[in-house]
Amino acid sequence: MSDLKHVSSSPHIRSKITTSNIMLMVIIALLPTTAVGIWNFGVNALMNVVVCVGTAVASEFIYQKLMHKKVTINDWSAALTGLLLALNLPPKATWWMSALGSIFAIIIVKQIFGGLGQNFMNPALAARCFLLISFTGRMTTFTYDGVSTATPLALLKNGESVNVLDMVLGRTAGTIGETSAVALLFGAAVLLIMGIIDLKIPASYILSFVVFITIFGGHGFDLSYIVAHLAGGGLMLGAFFMATDYVTSPITAKGQIVYGILLGVLTGIFRLFGGSAEGVSYAIIFGNLLVPLIERVTMPKAFGLEKKEVRGNE
Amino acid sequence: MGLSTFKGGIHPNDGKNLSKDKPIKEVLPKGDLVYPLSQHIGAPAKPIVEKGQRVLEGEKIAEAGGFVSAPIYASVSGTVKAIEPRRVTVGDNVMSIVIENDGQYETVEYPKHKPYTELTKDEIREIIKEAGIVGMGGAGFPTHVKLSPKEPEKIDYVVANCAECEPYLTSDYRRMLEEPEKLVEGMKIVLRLFDNAKGILAVEDNKRDCIEILEKLTEKEERITVKALKTKYPQGAERQLIYASTGRKINSKMLPADAGCVVNNVDTIVAIYHAVVEGKPLMHRIVTVTGDAVEDPRNFIVRVGTDYAELIEEAGGFKKEPAKIISGGPMMGFGIFDIHVPVTKTSSALLCLTEDEVAKYEPTACINCGKCVEVCPGRVVPARLADYAEHSEEEKFVKNNGLECCECGCCSFVCPAKRPLTQSIKSMRKMVLAKRKK
Ligand code: SF4
Ligand code: SF4
Repeated sequence: MSDLKHVSSSPHIRSKITTSNIMLMVIIALLPTTAVGIWNFGVNALMNVVVCVGTAVASEFIYQKLMHKKVTINDWSAALTGLLLALNLPPKATWWMSALGSIFAIIIVKQIFGGLGQNFMNPALAARCFLLISFTGRMTTFTYDGVSTATPLALLKNGESVNVLDMVLGRTAGTIGETSAVALLFGAAVLLIMGIIDLKIPASYILSFVVFITIFGGHGFDLSYIVAHLAGGGLMLGAFFMATDYVTSPITAKGQIVYGILLGVLTGIFRLFGGSAEGVSYAIIFGNLLVPLIERVTMPKAFGLEKKEVRGNE
Repeated sequence: MGLSTFKGGIHPNDGKNLSKDKPIKEVLPKGDLVYPLSQHIGAPAKPIVEKGQRVLEGEKIAEAGGFVSAPIYASVSGTVKAIEPRRVTVGDNVMSIVIENDGQYETVEYPKHKPYTELTKDEIREIIKEAGIVGMGGAGFPTHVKLSPKEPEKIDYVVANCAECEPYLTSDYRRMLEEPEKLVEGMKIVLRLFDNAKGILAVEDNKRDCIEILEKLTEKEERITVKALKTKYPQGAERQLIYASTGRKINSKMLPADAGCVVNNVDTIVAIYHAVVEGKPLMHRIVTVTGDAVEDPRNFIVRVGTDYAELIEEAGGFKKEPAKIISGGPMMGFGIFDIHVPVTKTSSALLCLTEDEVAKYEPTACINCGKCVEVCPGRVVPARLADYAEHSEEEKFVKNNGLECCECGCCSFVCPAKRPLTQSIKSMRKMVLAKRKK
């Protein structure tokens, strides 16, 4: 009875969590806000979601086929990138903008750098910034109930008042997926409970941002001003779903906190002193670029080597 | 609350229910017994019997090959059939003494020692050394060496590793439940060697019943305390255990004695009791035979040298075809491909699983999720170390503390990309350490 069993190096057991079920769970957690977006903005929003996701998956498939690489669309990461891009587009974006953005995200930002795990910028956000630069007008025209309006944050920036409750629920102008803080927080809670994301990045991001605008916002600690800032401009979407992107955030625990604080401060600077009212996308992209540096300075100290004076043989 | 523990670690499905409620059963060997001469760390033992010679149970058949080595005793009476290389769990062939069991179990006259309270320290050490006792938790380091640090008066703690954090394993649990007095008495013997030391019985809190029993038994023992530790893997890893039970930290270059600690596992301490109180050398150990492929998973008290295959038979055989058989626990054990290998002093378990979770998943690209970093009890960055190992970047590997990895397997377990992190890091460590020895 010497039938060969599998032999492999220890450990012999594995957790059930895989890359693809993590990606799929993030997609599922984004569905509430996607649904609110489609409910709010109608069929054009739906079209954008479908085109973004479809193009992202198709681009990855075609690229990998052409390059004779292993096709990895079943890890759901391309679909997630497509969905995140769609949620970051204005409802009136045209289909070709969506398609172009997705191709840019997948081919230029992700695949050229070696595919999943190798990209140093969040593909969806990089694509959004690319579209913002290329089609500024179309990318910054927002509508609500069919009429063009400014986003609440733009109103806030001009000193006008906003309805905070509408902002929290999502009854405002904005990108497809950013308007409903409630729907976003619901999805985020699911990811937190499942342990797919943890609070280090979102909490340090939000806290540092609040501190920043309290100090520099000119309103002091004005709750409705702060809530408006938190609920608007994609901050919830950014803090819970994009700043937490594993690939483009630091691997170390301390680094994640540093990164969160950096994003909060950058978002504050962009919003209060920059040209546009939003700032989350740029803050995260900029933060992405600093990740290697943050990782380098926040490497954990190995167990038992924390102190310099090490007893024992040499 | 506030159970003692360490940073990092994981909570795998513990599988202990399969075997934990059944009493330990004795197994008598049917076939030949095989005694590899290397079942410990250090120099192999030297045979002192010849082919054809009759030996008794408890007779020394091989003597220590140096200070860091351990003698081996026959666990049955019978005839020496051969001294030849035999396959052992890790797959290599190792020079072994083979004894044909005559089924008589005729024993030698075991020496009668004075009560241990009257023995000198050196006498106790000598008895332990002669009994061939080694670390029975898996490492197999000769116990008398551990118990002979340069400055015994600087030892502040003797820690009994009763954590049993490996999933599926329940042998220590059963031992503590069935023969807790031997553990406590064994601890008292060890404490005699270290005048300034306190004894700590460190138990994971999933074994509440053991904690209660041990607490009751040690009520009057001023030098011994029971410490409940958080249930978490690898709570029983030496460095993590020392930290959780004493608050002291050692790194890979240090010995527990450098931090004033001596650590022994449950079965080892019980073996010390048997040697000092009953005069019996190390001939038995408890083996957990378990896994979802086994009909009747349970613990056995086994004579060292018994064929693993016989244990499976004793456990009712396979109810399902196993896909993987592991000697030891699922986190740090060895996958074995031949079940006709002998139980040695360090065989803690035989685990038969119907599903090979490692083969089920294919490794994919690292997504930088940081989960490996979060769980690593060594506080290193497994994802990076594995990269360096895969690219043979030895310098970076060492600079980033690759040698501090204790090979616990947590990183491979959690990695969603299913990268073989531990495996890569382990082979690199082996290489670096081998080079250093030269
Ligand atoms: S790197 Fe080593 S110590 Fe850290 S989790 Fe992996 S195996 Fe364990
Ligand atoms: S757990 Fe795996 S995927 Fe995550 S960072 Fe570590 S190696 Fe990469």
